[in-house]
Amino acid sequence: MAESRLIEARSLARSFKTKGGTVEAVRGVDFEVRAGEIVGLLGPNGAGKTTTLRMLTTLLEPTSGGARVAGYDLQSQPREVRRRIGYVAQVGAAPSAGTLVGEELVTQARLQGLSKADARARLVKVAPELSLDGLERRALQELSGGQRRRFDVALGLMHTPQLVFLDEPTTGLDPQSRANLWEHIRRLRDEDGVTILLTTHYLDEADALADRLLVMDDGRIVADDTSEALKARISGDVIVLSVGDGADPGSVEAVVREAVGVRKLHRGDGGLNITVDNGAVAVAPMLRALDAAAIEVEGVAVSRPTLDDVFLTLTGRSLREGEAPAPTPEPLAS
Amino acid sequence: MLTETAIIFQRQMRILLRNPVWVFFGLTQPILYLVLFGPLLTRVRGGGLGGDASWRIFVPGLLMQLGIFGAGFAGFGIIQELREGVIERQRVTPARRVSLILGRTLQNMVTIAVQSAILCLVAIPFGLRPTWAGVLASIVVISVLAIGISAFSYAMGLILKDEDAFAPFIQSVSLPLLLLSGVFLPMSLAPIWLHDVSRANPLTYIVEGTRALFRGDFGDANVIAGVAIAVVLGALLAWWGTRTFQRQSA
Repeated sequence: MAESRLIEARSLARSFKTKGGTVEAVRGVDFEVRAGEIVGLLGPNGAGKTTTLRMLTTLLEPTSGGARVAGYDLQSQPREVRRRIGYVAQVGAAPSAGTLVGEELVTQARLQGLSKADARARLVKVAPELSLDGLERRALQELSGGQRRRFDVALGLMHTPQLVFLDEPTTGLDPQSRANLWEHIRRLRDEDGVTILLTTHYLDEADALADRLLVMDDGRIVADDTSEALKARISGDVIVLSVGDGADPGSVEAVVREAVGVRKLHRGDGGLNITVDNGAVAVAPMLRALDAAAIEVEGVAVSRPTLDDVFLTLTGRSLREGEAPAPTPEPLAS
Repeated sequence: MLTETAIIFQRQMRILLRNPVWVFFGLTQPILYLVLFGPLLTRVRGGGLGGDASWRIFVPGLLMQLGIFGAGFAGFGIIQELREGVIERQRVTPARRVSLILGRTLQNMVTIAVQSAILCLVAIPFGLRPTWAGVLASIVVISVLAIGISAFSYAMGLILKDEDAFAPFIQSVSLPLLLLSGVFLPMSLAPIWLHDVSRANPLTYIVEGTRALFRGDFGDANVIAGVAIAVVLGALLAWWGTRTFQRQSA
C-alpha cells in the first residue's frame, strides 16, 4: 500500500561544486520509510546524512533523482510536502536577544498556516509534552542546552506533522538530557504516531531509538536493516579467550577451529578474539575441546557485536574515528 | 501572503522593540553630522547654502545617509538568523518566500521612517525651517527606497554568509554612492567631471528631489525624477533581493 510509505527516495543525488572540483555528497540513494517507523540514518561526519535530510525537507534541490515525501513529490509539490513535515535542524548558534520561547513557537505555527487561536492552543498542548511548560515567557538566550534542544523539537511539531526529520538531535547534550530527549522522541511515535527519520553519528543513539538503520558512508547507503539483524548478519559474536602462558598459540587455535565454526580469528591484547555465529552456543563445545587437549583456560568472555563492529565490517573504518574532527576525504585541490 | 508577511513583520518588530536602543544607535552617526558638521554649512556661500537655507539642503542628505546605511546593513541581521537556524526553520514552512523577506524589509522601513522623523525634529533647534508636507513626502520617498535597499542587503547577506565579507562589501558600495550623490554638499559646487559622474548615480536625483521637497517646490523636475527613481529602484532591488532569497532556498 503506497499510503503507508511516507518517504520513497529514488536515486536521490546531490553534488556540490567547489574550487577543487565536484564533490558528490549523496550518490543516488534509494530507500523507503513506512508510517510509524523510527529510522536512523547513521554514518560518520561527511557521509551525506545532512545533505540527504536537507533534500527530503525541500531545503536543497537534488542534482538528480527525486523522492515522494508524505505523499507528495519533492520537486513539483514542495509546499504540500512542507505542510506535512517537521524539521529539526542541527543545533544552531546562540539565539539573539529579544526572542521568547512561546512567541517563537506561535510564530512558527502561524507560518505553518495555523490561526492565532489554533497556534496558541497548540502551544498549550506541545509545551508540556516537551517539558517546556512554564518557560513560555523565557528568553531563548536563557535556556539550557537541553531546553534549547527540546524547544527546537517543539518548533518542528507545532503544526502536528505526520513526519518529523531530526538532524543530530542530541549532539552536544549531557547524558541525562540525551536520555530525556530520547524519551520524548519515542513518545512522539508511540503516542502520537509520528514517523521519524533522524540522523546521528552516535551508535548508542541509533541503537536506543531506531527501529531500522540506514548506514551511510561516502554518499551511499551501505546497509538497510534493524540494528539486531545488522549485527547478526555482519559480525556474529566475539569470544575473547585467554589461556595459560604455557600453551602454544598455534595449537590453541587449531583446537578451537576444530571444535566450533570459526568465522574469523585473530590474536588481540586480551587473548584470542574468535568470531562465531552464536557465542552462547559455541562456548561449551569450545571449552570441552580445550579441556580435552589439556589447555588451561584462564578466562572466557562473549561479547555481542556493537554497531561499531558493523560499521567496521561494512566500510573498513571505525565510526568512532569519525567522531574526531579529522580525516574526511578532501576534494583534489589544484 | 499578506498574513505571512505580517507574521514576520510582527516578529521582527517585537525583537526590535525589546531592544529599542538600536533605533537610537543608528541615529548617532547622522546626529553627529548634524551637530558637528552641519553648522559649518551655514557659513558657506554658494550652491544655495548659507544661513538657515543650509539646513534644508543638508538634512535631506542626512536622510539619504540614514536610509542607505540603515537599510544597507540590514543583512547583518540575516547572517545571524542564518546561524541561529531561524531562516532554515522558516523555509521549511509553506510560507511564501516573498513574505519571509518582505516582512523583514518592512521592519527596516518602519525603523528608518521613525529615525528620519526624529532626525528632522532634532534639526529644528539648529534652524531647519522646511515645508513640513515636503518633509513628510521625503520620508516616504526614503522609506520606499529603504525597502529595496534592505531587500538587496538581505540577499547579499545570504550570498556572503559572513559578517567579515559583508561589512566591507556594503561599505565599499554605499560610501561612493553617497558621496557621489552630493549628500554633504550639493553637486552644483562640484567640478564639471565630478558633477557629470554624479549624474550617472540614481541617488543624486533622489537627494535633489528631497531637497526640492524640503523647500516646498513640489513641481520641481527633480521631485518627479527623484520620486520615480526611488520607486523604480526600490521595486527593482526588492524584486532582485526576493528572487535571490528564493534561489538560495531552492
